[in-house]
This record gives sequence, C-alpha cells and structure tokens, in this order.
Amino acid sequence: MLNPLSDFERNVRDLQAHIDELRNIAAKKGDGDAQVVNAALENLVSQTTHLRSRRYANLTTWERVQVARHPERPHTLDYVDMIFSDWVELHGDRRFADDPAMVCGLARLNGRSVAIIGQQKGRDTKKRIHRNYAMPHPEGYRKALRVMELAQRFHLPIVAFVDTPGAYPGIASEERGIAEAIAVNLREMAVMDVPILAIVIGEGGSGGALGIAVADRVLMLENSWYCVISPEGCASILWRTPEMAPAAAEALQLAAPQLEKIGVIDEIIPEPAGGAHANWKEMAAAIRDRLQAHLDELLELSGAELVQRRIERFSSVGVWHEKEKSS
Amino acid sequence: MDAKSWLRKALGRGVKSPQRKSLPDGVWLKCDGCAAIIYRNELMRNLWVCPRCGQHMKVGAAEYVALLTDDGFEEEIAAGLISADPLKFKDSKSYKDRVKAATAKTGLEDAVVAGSASIDGVSVALAVMDFNFIGGSMGSVVGEKVARTMRAGLERGLPVVIVSRSGGARMQEGILSLMQMAKTAAMAARLREARIPFLSVLTHPTTAGVMASYASLGDVIISEPGALLGFAGPRVIRDTIKQELPEGFQSAEFFLEHGMIDLIVPRTKMRETVGRVLRHLAAPAPVAGE
Repeated sequence: MLNPLSDFERNVRDLQAHIDELRNIAAKKGDGDAQVVNAALENLVSQTTHLRSRRYANLTTWERVQVARHPERPHTLDYVDMIFSDWVELHGDRRFADDPAMVCGLARLNGRSVAIIGQQKGRDTKKRIHRNYAMPHPEGYRKALRVMELAQRFHLPIVAFVDTPGAYPGIASEERGIAEAIAVNLREMAVMDVPILAIVIGEGGSGGALGIAVADRVLMLENSWYCVISPEGCASILWRTPEMAPAAAEALQLAAPQLEKIGVIDEIIPEPAGGAHANWKEMAAAIRDRLQAHLDELLELSGAELVQRRIERFSSVGVWHEKEKSS
Repeated sequence: MDAKSWLRKALGRGVKSPQRKSLPDGVWLKCDGCAAIIYRNELMRNLWVCPRCGQHMKVGAAEYVALLTDDGFEEEIAAGLISADPLKFKDSKSYKDRVKAATAKTGLEDAVVAGSASIDGVSVALAVMDFNFIGGSMGSVVGEKVARTMRAGLERGLPVVIVSRSGGARMQEGILSLMQMAKTAAMAARLREARIPFLSVLTHPTTAGVMASYASLGDVIISEPGALLGFAGPRVIRDTIKQELPEGFQSAEFFLEHGMIDLIVPRTKMRETVGRVLRHLAAPAPVAGE
C-alpha cells in the first residue's frame, strides 16, 4: 500500500543531500567561501529539523501507522543493545522449537537484572523472513512464558517490548494451538508476582501483542499503534476492502494519544523530531529513563500487591451502560 | 409444549424471555447441513440436531440454556448491561445502530446471557453466548458479563460453565474489546487459584479473541461435533499462506486430534456429560468463602 509519508521523506532526504553536498564544497573551498557556505548550511539544517517536527506534529492516524512500521525504526534487539547491558539471549520453549519472531533473555537495566521478552522484526528481506515478520507461532508465546516463569522464580522484573502485526495466522500455528498459547499467557501474566512493564515500540497487533502485554504499566512510543485488529483486517471485514485501512485506523482509534485518552495505557513516550527512526540514541535514552522510573515505583510494591492491582486494572477496563435493577 | 412456553421455561422464573427466536419461523425447517426439510417439533425434541445427518444447528442462547440446564436460569447474573459506543464507531453503519438492530433481532441485551442454573443436578454459574448478536462478538459487555459469571462462581463456590459461540473480539470497541481478553483470563486465573472447576463448552463457531482467552482456559474443554474452532478465520489464513486449507482444518475434530480439547460430545449428551465431569471435579463440595 502507498505510504503517505514517502513523499515527505523523499523531500527531507533531498534536503539532506543538499546539506551533504554543501559540506563537501565547504571542505574543499578556502576560508572566505566556507563562511558563506556554512551559513547556508546552518539555515538548511534548521529548516530540515523544523520541517520534520512540524510534519510529525500533525500526523494523521494512518500516517502514524506508517511511522510505526517504518523500515528504519529501531526494533526490540536494537533497544536491548542501546538500553541494557550484560545481555544473554535464552532460546526455545522446551516443547517444540525456538521461535525467532520472539526474543527472550536476561539483561541489566542500570545495573539491575531483568528478564526481557519481545517480538523481533528483521531489517532486510532475508532477516524479515527469518523473523517471520515478527509474527510469532505458539512456541514464541510459550518461550516467553517460560522465561517469565524463570523471572518470577528468581524475583526478576519483566520488560516486554511489543512490536508485532499479530500472531501468525497459519496452519502450523493452529495445529500447535496458538489460541491456547496466548490465552495461557494472559492468565499466567495476570498472577505473576514480579513487576511487569510493557512498551509498545511499533505495532501492537491484537492478541499477538496482548499475549506479552498483561503488565503493571503499559507504555507506548508516540508513533506506535495498539488495537484489537489491524486497520487492514478491520477494513477487509467491515468495509470489504483493505483499501479503506486509513478510515479503519481512524475509526479504531488505535494511535497512542487516542489510547491514552481512552485510558488503557499509562504513558506516551515522546519520539525525537522526525520519529524514532530519525534518532535512535535519543529514543533509547528516553525509554531507559521511563522504564527505570516506572520500575522504581513498582519495586515499592509487594508481589501480592502487584497481582492485586494488575487484576484490578484489567478487570475494570470497559465501557457500558447499566440499567437500574427493576426489583 | 409449544415453542413459546418452552422458551419461557428455558429462561426460568422472573427472567424476561427474548422477543424473537434465533431460528427461522415455520413448522418446517431446513437443515443447514444436508438441506433436509424437517418438522420443527422433531428438531426441537432432538435439541436442534438434524436427525438425518447429525448437523448441530446454530441455536440462540435461550435455546442452549434450555437444552443444557435442568430448569433454565434460577437467577440472572449481570443482567441490564448495555453496550455503549465509546469510540463513536461508524463504518457503513454506526455501531449504535448495529447494537439496536441486534437487540431487535434477538431480544437480547448483548451477545451473552448468564445466570445461576442447575445442570444434571449440579449447581453452576453459567454463561451462554449468542451468535446472532453481532456474530457473538466480545465487547465490554460480553467481557464484563463473562467475568461476573466467573466472579459469581468464585464468591458462591459454584463451578463455572461457559458456552462459547463467537467470531471473536468486537472491532467496534477497538482496544477495549481486546482488553476483555485479559479481563476474563485474569478471572480464570482466580478460579484456578481457588480450585473452582471451570468448564468450557465450544460450539460452532468459536474463534479469535474468545478462543484466545476464556474459551481455551477451561479445566476441561468440550466441543460439539463439527464446530469451527480456531484463532484466525479460514479466509485470513488462506490469504496469508496463499494456498487451500486441508479438509477438516480448524474443526472440533482437528482440535481433538492435535490435543487442544478434551472431548467432542454431541449436543444430545452434553447435559449429562457436563454433569458427570463436574461431579468428578467438585466432589467433595468445596466450602464457599474459605
């Protein structure tokens, strides 16, 4: 499908090319010329930044979905690399296989050991196929559960990075019980007596996302989405064509600011000008800060309190009218 | 007994009966399996299972409560919950209008009815879904009613039985529908801790968000024969893998073969089977409030 941002990004890229060209010229010319060129350069750089901020401040819901899927956006393992230390990846569900679409492991956040689970996208075609486009099979959810149980046994907080279009809808998934795997994760995560933080870094596709996101705190990056169904899926069913995905995205209210208003997420982490892909380091630093802040608060609570509040949190979600009892 | 008084009996004392039935009117009905024309009363006596081909017809919640329980609901659970329209959702039709139309069509408040009941002599907290109400989809009301049914079981020490028949989470409530999966699964966790038996009965069709939450979490999972069960719909899978699906894929029989459910039980044996399982699990009776 056409990416409505691509024109804009092409313009910014052209500007960036101009800047690079000027830099080259400046490097070759004498001092006097360099001053003139530098002034022009500064002007262009500030124009680029300004354009980016202004464009990204006014994204439509559908454009946000495109940013969430941007191929240069950092993925789970990129954040693991930038935010944590001492990473040890743990493989396999001990039942069937290791699912590359779900990564799990142990690492340190500012010195404290935590367990990490998250869906993983690939950067190029080969890796995207290897990671199955971050659509886990049942063994992915069962691996995540195994590592969460490990975390619980050794009193480690859990950090979940959510970034999936959805659990994989295929024959093998059904044969091995994808619905059961997700359902069991929902049930077990509800009663884990260690802090659980979930952060949607890109796509939060349906049950495949929720299957690792029953958490004490649910955070979202500014340009991520989280919903009961993908905009394309919803459009196919209700509008009978995936072409209506932009309208479906709007109707579903799946962008972070809308979800914060509905009250199902706790915090939006603002993205750098031009989106997370424009400045990985700045994005990672912001995430590290917020993870640490939320973790500090949660570590004040006992395991029983965590479970009590988590169940209370998910039990109270929903909007309905209640008729007065007649008798 | 005529159909009307039978329905009234099904819903029990003091419970408002639905205005309309979910099966077509008429003395003769066509089987959706073999297309045989069958006398309505004969079908009803056979619990809406085709006497010719064994097809389990898609019945509404009221009919299912009637055929599964000894005497309908004793007392309704979480009655009076009505869907709101938190997203002001509109596609070709507004969500508000869809709910109104579904209520008019089924006489139900939403896609699930719940109450205390007796099944083959065992007291239970029971919820039964209805596919005619927006595809049996789970929005806030369905999630809340299922959760309250489980809570009733927890508080009164009653085994919980949930009969599912659903296309999944209700798109028109967006993320709120997704969260009902977590809500109901959390209550299932509480039932499990309290050692209250939870029996999940699957009927045609049970898929997606409902299958990936409480419907898959029963201590024992029983399906009617021939039911379509699965996570993704067959069309979505076909579009993803770009090939035809094998015969019998995502049927109850497929689920049994792959170890995902305990039993396939014909509707005519459902009441006694549920009763037998519950008597095994609930004996000796747990003391409430302990």
